[in-house]
Amino acid sequence: MDFNSFIILRQEILLLAITLGLVVGEIFIPKNKKRYIVHLALFLFGIHTIVGFCNIEESSLFGGMFRTNNMIHLFKNILNVGVFVLLLQSADWIQEKVIGQNKGTEFFILMFSSLLGMYFMISSGDFLMFFIGLELSTLPVAALVALETSKRISSEAGVKFILSAGLATGVSLFGISLLYAATGSIYYNDVMTTLTSNNLTLLGSILFFSGLAFKISLVPFHFWTADVYEGAPISTASYLSVISKGAAVFILMILLFTVLKPLMHIWQTIIYVIAVATMFIGNLFALRQQNMKRFLAFSSIAQAGFILLGLISGTQLGTATIVYFVLIYIFSNLAAFGVVQAISLQTGKENRDDYNGLYRTNPNLSLVMMLALFSLAGIPPVAGFFGKFFLFAAAASKGYYFLVFLAVVNVTISLYYYLLVIRAMFIRKSEDPIPFFKSKIYMRLGLIIAVIGILVLGLYSPLYDYIFELSTIFNK
Amino acid sequence: MDILSLFVIVPVLTILALVFTKDLKQARITAMIGSLVQLGMAIHLIFSYFEERAVNKSIMLFTQDRVWFEHFNIHFATGVDGISAALLLLTSIIVLAGVFISWKIDDLPKEFFISLLVLATGVYGFFISIDLFTMFVFYEIAVIPMYLLIGIWGSGPKEYSAMKLTLMLMGASAVLLVGILGIYFNSNANGGALTFNILEISKVYIPFVAQKLFFPLTFIGFAVLGALFPFHTWSPDGHASAPTAVSMLHAGVLMKLGGYGIFRIAMFLLPEGAKEWSWFFIILSAIGVIYGAFGALKQTDLKYINAYSSVSHLGMVLFALLMLNKTAWNGAILQSLSHGFMTALFFALIGMIYGRTHTRDITKLGGLLKVIPFISVINVIAGLASLGLPGFSGFVAEMNIFVGAFQHDELFYRVATIISVSAIVVTAVYILRVLGIMLMGPINNAEFLDLPKTTWYEITGILLLLIPMIGMGVAPLWLSDMIMASIQPFIKGVLKF
Repeated sequence: MDFNSFIILRQEILLLAITLGLVVGEIFIPKNKKRYIVHLALFLFGIHTIVGFCNIEESSLFGGMFRTNNMIHLFKNILNVGVFVLLLQSADWIQEKVIGQNKGTEFFILMFSSLLGMYFMISSGDFLMFFIGLELSTLPVAALVALETSKRISSEAGVKFILSAGLATGVSLFGISLLYAATGSIYYNDVMTTLTSNNLTLLGSILFFSGLAFKISLVPFHFWTADVYEGAPISTASYLSVISKGAAVFILMILLFTVLKPLMHIWQTIIYVIAVATMFIGNLFALRQQNMKRFLAFSSIAQAGFILLGLISGTQLGTATIVYFVLIYIFSNLAAFGVVQAISLQTGKENRDDYNGLYRTNPNLSLVMMLALFSLAGIPPVAGFFGKFFLFAAAASKGYYFLVFLAVVNVTISLYYYLLVIRAMFIRKSEDPIPFFKSKIYMRLGLIIAVIGILVLGLYSPLYDYIFELSTIFNK
Repeated sequence: MDILSLFVIVPVLTILALVFTKDLKQARITAMIGSLVQLGMAIHLIFSYFEERAVNKSIMLFTQDRVWFEHFNIHFATGVDGISAALLLLTSIIVLAGVFISWKIDDLPKEFFISLLVLATGVYGFFISIDLFTMFVFYEIAVIPMYLLIGIWGSGPKEYSAMKLTLMLMGASAVLLVGILGIYFNSNANGGALTFNILEISKVYIPFVAQKLFFPLTFIGFAVLGALFPFHTWSPDGHASAPTAVSMLHAGVLMKLGGYGIFRIAMFLLPEGAKEWSWFFIILSAIGVIYGAFGALKQTDLKYINAYSSVSHLGMVLFALLMLNKTAWNGAILQSLSHGFMTALFFALIGMIYGRTHTRDITKLGGLLKVIPFISVINVIAGLASLGLPGFSGFVAEMNIFVGAFQHDELFYRVATIISVSAIVVTAVYILRVLGIMLMGPINNAEFLDLPKTTWYEITGILLLLIPMIGMGVAPLWLSDMIMASIQPFIKGVLKF
């Protein structure tokens, strides 16, 4: 390894250094000073996020196992910003609840390891690296889900997650082995050139697809989602629905658009069916949810269905709109989870009915929530509208008008349950509303960044143009 | 800064100013100043329009174009013709009147005026846009504040009505989205680039198959807002539950977005689709005309009566648009404007009566002419205008509509016209019935003997709406000229097939 390799790998190396630094810190920081670890971790990760914005050249390492280019780099940056906002929103919770149980450092170590796995996953140049990344990104999350060991529901969610994840990755690995059997290589470039459409490759790619479908929680791999979100700490649920899903969508897109391109006509049909099923099941199940975490879980399943509309086009427009939508989705969902987190931390309440009359006591939190939900529902002028419109345009550009029609029916259904939350906050009155409270500085900062993202991303168009230009990389 | 962008910028600035207001007094003064400026701008626009029209013969005047999303070829493109200029004036008058009518709103006044102006921003933006994407954005911005406006400040089953209205209108806009995407991806049919610009698409011949497929989507997307039967059910519930100013704005302005959108987008861009489908939608709109009138006949709640009457009157607008000839079109646009003032005035009066008597049930009212003469007299005037008495705006509009519609010599169109015309009789019946029961006769409730006098802000609000209404009836020519000149490109574009 020469110096240049370090430059190419700098995101990964820096994150690994931070993780290891925290391990060392855990040993040397005395017990009564443990709460400083939160500030330290936030500071280090903030620097890591900023350093990430430096430019990178297109290159590959380890004989093509690891590769990077501007698009992959951009996506790592998106994940970094997402995790940073998430950490800001979780800081108070960690200080108040987790440090006391002596698990503060573990939280950061686990989350950073998982993020490292995602880096490797989206930078992978062959299926081996991909699989290592997938495992590294999934396993720590199981521990994060079960972080609140004192709660039975949290441990239960951890077990559910690890069992379903194990099954999904196992199936995925079997799919990879079939693809290897058919093409004789695990390198993306070789597979792409030798892949032909036959039963073996078809079976292989479908099985392989299931592992990622599990992470994105597409129907029929969505059964774990609601239970795990409900049981997990809110920070973990937020991480699962935002970061984990975003990374999985990104690598799925790369693989479908490059490696599996020869099978395009087949996977387009599969995606069509899964998109319809995911949108309808996610939306219809979200209608009756009372618990905010379960509600956001089904909402995020439905959103994944919308993302598939960009995927189905298989064009540069599709790539650009997906990345743009995921970016917007990350900010919108972080804002929504942030508000749930703030309220849950202050009052322990997580049900929709508890939000009745929230606007009259906590107007700012309610407004943040409203913007986040409008963005998820796709109502202008907030960013979600632009994200959805462009996704639908990507599908329509290939003539999938009926699919777009089904999607807009789903947008209307989803509007209903988003409005239910807005109704609770703004219209309903409560005998016993959540009293006024002021969140701490980190939480406020986390929410403000998310809101700025929601407002700016849509109206500021050069950003989309930038993503569009970068997306030529995967659509040669 | 050009003259049209100000129609978006001024309301947005007003909203920003409202954010910093502390109580009702500051909020209403800020909202009033903002709306006054908008009214001034609209009047100024009408005069500049006439000056410009004399020298400039292009379809749209004061056009401006700023690139927004380059790769989608989305522009913030603005421009007006006579129709949209007139509708902008209508909007600004009703917004100002709405602010006056809401002078005493006590619950969350700041939020109320902000929501009202967000709605106004959406409507202004819609009327000035000549880019499909921007139009669609503003359309949704105009609809969504209705949920909060009805939900928070409404009365009766407000949660139900607000949800029903929002879901139906947003559902319609979702259908519209498919139509717009369909138009967009066919806008390169002559080999050019994909575009959202209405003027450029109108020069392209969109393939007939696409026109046939996307016309109904686009039409229904807008027609739900124009209360097309059987998609009108949000309207009576929504209007009945909404606070007065919101009913005014919604029936007076927002519902006009439907007719305008159909005319400007569905028909102008998909003319062959319009030809192909017109018979089907004529049937629906004729049913709407009759059904709305009979619905109004049966109701006893004042707001429901007015809401059903709106379904009937706006059914006439859609009916006239679908007749595809210039006299009927002229009538449709006049009817939109006339109905805008009339229905807003009605809702304002209903709000005042309800504020005093605390009932909207006409069977419990009676003899109001003796206790609140001013409101009652205006009510009679508005009623007479609504049933199309010569000298008021309604007469000119309906005359044009039915003369135009009858020019079709096919049996189907004639029968449809005759059926729709009969609604005028029913209209006269329900209006005279309401006026008779409510205003005449003995005072049947002792509490009504001592009702509060009309206040200055109520009178201002009423006069703002009454003057243009009478003006349109007495001197319709200047308006007719303005509209006729703007219909020319439609005649060339749509009727050639």
